[in-house]
Amino acid sequence: MARGIKDKVAILGMGCSKFGERWDSGAEELMLEAYKECIADSGIDAKQLNAAWFSTAIDEVHVGKSGIPLSMTLRLPNIPVTHVENMCASGTEAFRGACYAVASGAADFALALGVEKLKDTGYGGLPGGRGGPLQALWNANGTAPGNFAQLASAYQTAHGVSADDLKKAIGHVSWKSHQNGAKNPKAHLQKAVEMDTILNAPMIASPLGLFDCCGVSDGAAAAIVTTPEIAKSLGKHNLVSVKALQLSVSNGSESGHNSWDGSYFHTTRIASKKAYEEAGIKNPRDEVSMFEVHDCFSVTELVTMEDLHISETGKGWKDVLDGFYDADGKIPCQIDGGLKCFGHPIGASGLRMLYEMYLQFQGRAGARQLKDPRIGMTHNLGGSPRENVSSIAIVGRFE
Amino acid sequence: MVGIVAYGAYVPRLRLQRQAVYDANKWFAAGLRGLAKGERSMANWDEDSITMAVEASRDCLTSHKAEDVRSLYFASTTHPFKDRQNAGVIGTALSIEQNLLASDVGGSQKAGTSALIAGLNASKNGGGPALVAAADKRMARVASSNELNYGDGAAALLCGTENVIANLVGHHSVSMDFVDHFRGDETDFDYGWEERWIRDEGYSKIAPPAIKAALAACKLKGADITHFIMPSLMPAVPKQMAKICGIADGSVRDLLGANLGDTGAAHALVMLVDALEGAKAGDKIMVVAFGQGVDVLVFEVTAENAKLPKRKGLSGWLARRKEEKNYLKFLAFNEMLPIEKGMRAEFDKKTALSVLWRKRDMIYGLVGGKCKVCGTVQFPRTQVCVNPNCHAIDSQDPYAMAGLEANVMSFTADSLVYSPDPPGYYGMITFPEGGRFMADFTDSDKEQVKVGAKMRMTFRIRDNDTMRGGFKRYFWKAAPV
Repeated sequence: MARGIKDKVAILGMGCSKFGERWDSGAEELMLEAYKECIADSGIDAKQLNAAWFSTAIDEVHVGKSGIPLSMTLRLPNIPVTHVENMCASGTEAFRGACYAVASGAADFALALGVEKLKDTGYGGLPGGRGGPLQALWNANGTAPGNFAQLASAYQTAHGVSADDLKKAIGHVSWKSHQNGAKNPKAHLQKAVEMDTILNAPMIASPLGLFDCCGVSDGAAAAIVTTPEIAKSLGKHNLVSVKALQLSVSNGSESGHNSWDGSYFHTTRIASKKAYEEAGIKNPRDEVSMFEVHDCFSVTELVTMEDLHISETGKGWKDVLDGFYDADGKIPCQIDGGLKCFGHPIGASGLRMLYEMYLQFQGRAGARQLKDPRIGMTHNLGGSPRENVSSIAIVGRFE
Repeated sequence: MVGIVAYGAYVPRLRLQRQAVYDANKWFAAGLRGLAKGERSMANWDEDSITMAVEASRDCLTSHKAEDVRSLYFASTTHPFKDRQNAGVIGTALSIEQNLLASDVGGSQKAGTSALIAGLNASKNGGGPALVAAADKRMARVASSNELNYGDGAAALLCGTENVIANLVGHHSVSMDFVDHFRGDETDFDYGWEERWIRDEGYSKIAPPAIKAALAACKLKGADITHFIMPSLMPAVPKQMAKICGIADGSVRDLLGANLGDTGAAHALVMLVDALEGAKAGDKIMVVAFGQGVDVLVFEVTAENAKLPKRKGLSGWLARRKEEKNYLKFLAFNEMLPIEKGMRAEFDKKTALSVLWRKRDMIYGLVGGKCKVCGTVQFPRTQVCVNPNCHAIDSQDPYAMAGLEANVMSFTADSLVYSPDPPGYYGMITFPEGGRFMADFTDSDKEQVKVGAKMRMTFRIRDNDTMRGGFKRYFWKAAPV
């Protein structure tokens, strides 16, 4: 294992737009909304930025290619801007790029900004029709909910869990996120929902009903990173530093080799192990204070909590039903509402998760503030259970 | 001696109930009441004459190797392509390309028999085994008798000179421009003349002399014919023709109208498969097809027929059925109903023809790979072995997977995705030999799709590129066994 970047990078400032169906804004306005908060929070001037990373996933429906849209929108001082795309892990990838630039010494101040403007397509759900000319000839004609829904049938088979028990457990995942989202003024969905409503909602892709699916939202989030030394020299206190950044990408064994049973995320198991190692975490169930994981669908979150080595394999559904991940549980998960309620503007999501961590560590999380969090973990999962990008970030107090 | 060495058939699963059609249309066409009984086969939205012909050919080749086929004739009046050889698509789907003469035969209701004569002659003249496939999926106007009488289906016959199950005794044809009906190139629908004229001036004056000429050439009498096959939309006509020619009334084969319908250019061959399934050695089968003339073929069944390995055949495919009472679904499947498909139906379906050519064995043949180093079977075949403990490079031999059964590992019923028949069923299927992929399911119901369910691969339309005049994309889907 490489040496890693633990405590080499600190978050100097962050910003996040209101998420939701932002009929009032294009990608540019959303980017500026997040950036204004972020640059003010950092206390530096735009001219001090040395480099920027810009993440979007479905740029063909809003800003288009390259780093130019970010540079143009923010009128950046002709610094390097790199456009990154790695599906739902894009936001974390922008953050990773900025952190590595700082850790290497190539930049003193680096900006990571992610945005997605999805609600200009004219229809609900994610835009479809992507993939290359060969995939179009043979890949199943599916959707994101349909691909993730298959975790459910495979999980039931692998662990002998009944359809009813699993439906209740994934229903609880969404119920908990709605409870949390109701306390977040920037969230897309800010309404608590009854369990009965969740369980009886119209089916999207069996067994996932409407409330098992996260919102399709517009939004942007941003971070400016520097070294802990520079941050201190600027008079910053309560520093939040980066403990680990890891990424694992499928190589086709899940989708093409009969060794995978479809009930878990192979990549998340690998990325989380590496991340704990980089961060020096021995027992994550005791050491991690909070999670923001990729709950694109309720069942994704349930399975992920096992793949992050928090819940025992095949027992995650019991932890969920026991309230282990509720706001008042042992380790709160999605305290800001998660993708489910805060929303999922894809390119911004990884940064949005870090934004919540940052607020929590600084005691600025308002009605949803947790008591004395020390270590926070974010997780993104781009693609589908069989072919995906899994990204992990661990952040915490700089001590 | 040349003859038929194997047969196969295919009938789509759905059976449209004629009463349901009549109930919807009786306000306008009360006169159709007499036809409002039984059922007709109804292609799924992802089936056309090519896909049905592929299935019938696979059924036929249950007992024979596809790679031995040297010529392939595809008869239809509903070829999906006007200029792109339809038979060639079938050949690639069957993984036969080299040393293959492929030909489309069309333009008449006797296209099936004309193709069969061509196939028999090719084989007789040293051309090797000839596969003759015939399929039709004809459109019919709302509230027409054709809508009730037609059915969708296919047949395939392998012609050869070894282990012949039905020897060709002789054949005779006449060709003349008798236009009982026609379908111009500006429409999907047939336009027909008065039935009484067709019967009295057409069938009655054209068919008997041809039948008698064929009998004479074969040195047979009408009474020698055990099975008389003659498709017609007028059920009394075959019996009348038989009577005129001295063929026993009891030899006239059922037209399969009650539970299949008339399958157009394929129907004479479909009825021939029906007859062969129960025929005994020594039986004489006469096949007559009428359409701008007449083709007449006479076969004698041999003892080999009883030894032919079991296949689904017409009876097997007819037994696999699901009643369909939803007439609107039939109209929608046939693009006869301007149904609101939603924006997800607007995604561009443009096909990169260069990619299709490079990957044709994968896409049309469902040919995967088998690693020479570790033995792992995989789909698709790629340059680096998928086995995480191998990853050998350039190590894979082609491995045909279309004939393998698969199991459902995971699945969903997706109501968000655009499907002409929602919800869209798809899931991960695994092959016991190795290999897996996320496959679209077809001919599937909620009760059938389960983890562990056995699935059979079937060649289907994946997309139709209507922006470019209807380029059908074909690929393999999984259907419950």
